[in-house]
Amino acid sequence: MSASLADSPARAARQGIDLAPYLAGAGIGVLSWIVFVVVATPIGITTSLSAVAGGATALFTGPELVAQNSYWARHPLRLDYGTLFLVGTFLGALASALLSRRFRFEAVPRVWAERFGPSPARRFVSAFLGGVLTMYGARLANGCTSGNGISQGLQLALVGWVFLAVMFVSGVITAWLIFGGRRA
Amino acid sequence: MFPIRGDGALVLAVVFGAIFGALLHRGRVLDYNVIVNQLRLRDFTVLKVMLTAIIVGGIGVFILVDAGAARFALRDANLLAVSLGAAIFGVGMVLYGYCPGTGLAATATGSLHAGVGVVGMLVGAVLYALSFDWVRTHILPVGALGKVTLMDVTGIPAAWIFAGLVVIAISLFAWAERSGR
Repeated sequence: MSASLADSPARAARQGIDLAPYLAGAGIGVLSWIVFVVVATPIGITTSLSAVAGGATALFTGPELVAQNSYWARHPLRLDYGTLFLVGTFLGALASALLSRRFRFEAVPRVWAERFGPSPARRFVSAFLGGVLTMYGARLANGCTSGNGISQGLQLALVGWVFLAVMFVSGVITAWLIFGGRRA
Repeated sequence: MFPIRGDGALVLAVVFGAIFGALLHRGRVLDYNVIVNQLRLRDFTVLKVMLTAIIVGGIGVFILVDAGAARFALRDANLLAVSLGAAIFGVGMVLYGYCPGTGLAATATGSLHAGVGVVGMLVGAVLYALSFDWVRTHILPVGALGKVTLMDVTGIPAAWIFAGLVVIAISLFAWAERSGR
């Protein structure tokens, strides 16, 4: 990615449209072509992330209990393609943030603070609970926004489009309940 | 030659993952405010990224499959499981402000609350593993249709579905740009 794509406010202002989301989306689309051909493994996050959770659990309980679990028996933690894709995702975002000089520590984001105030503890509790629900939901649905929404969606798989539709409706209703519908 | 397996694929995993992470950052979807404002219908950045990725990616992958260079990798449509899971996911995404991929990547850009949510996601995975036996007997078999596509369900050819998606996406994008979202 060249730095000029997203980091040119002058160009965006001239055109009146911020092209970055479209270019990033097209980039993810082209990346999908490449991964389908080269590694035959669509983009996805939570299958491997749940295997990582099994590995982390084994640190506390010992490996036997984890190996006996019927889910982790199917998805053992390995240093495989999916796990290293997660490492890459982390490193790529880190590199992009550093190179564009937009790396910054953030405990409480603006939209949250406007609604719920500046307390980091309150924000962290919500993020933790949200993380629990997001992962549980993603595993139950057998995929998240990436693995189900994009990778199954682009194959026009029914599971991908049901996921996208229900997730979006659920998210919009929840956001309306939590943040309210009116503009401040 | 393709697909590449073994150690070569492991190196490529890091490379492809890094490209994905960088694209998410460039597309501004590692910003809590952007994601939550999408669900509040005030900022359509997330849908711009996702719909463009699906349309560009999908048309290319269908052409590659037709040419014999790639294979589809379809997942089962377990309708009750995907509906319940997506409903829970939507609630979680508002509380967290990220989905799993963007949460992990946003942690790398310095978002501390995204990092807290990653710990929450690991706990969520533990809860799923613990409940898996029950889910497997009671939830997964309900409405289990197998590897079904929109073409199977509607009888409409893929080319027409993509044409429809392009029209919907362009209309939505035009509206979003006009209204400053």
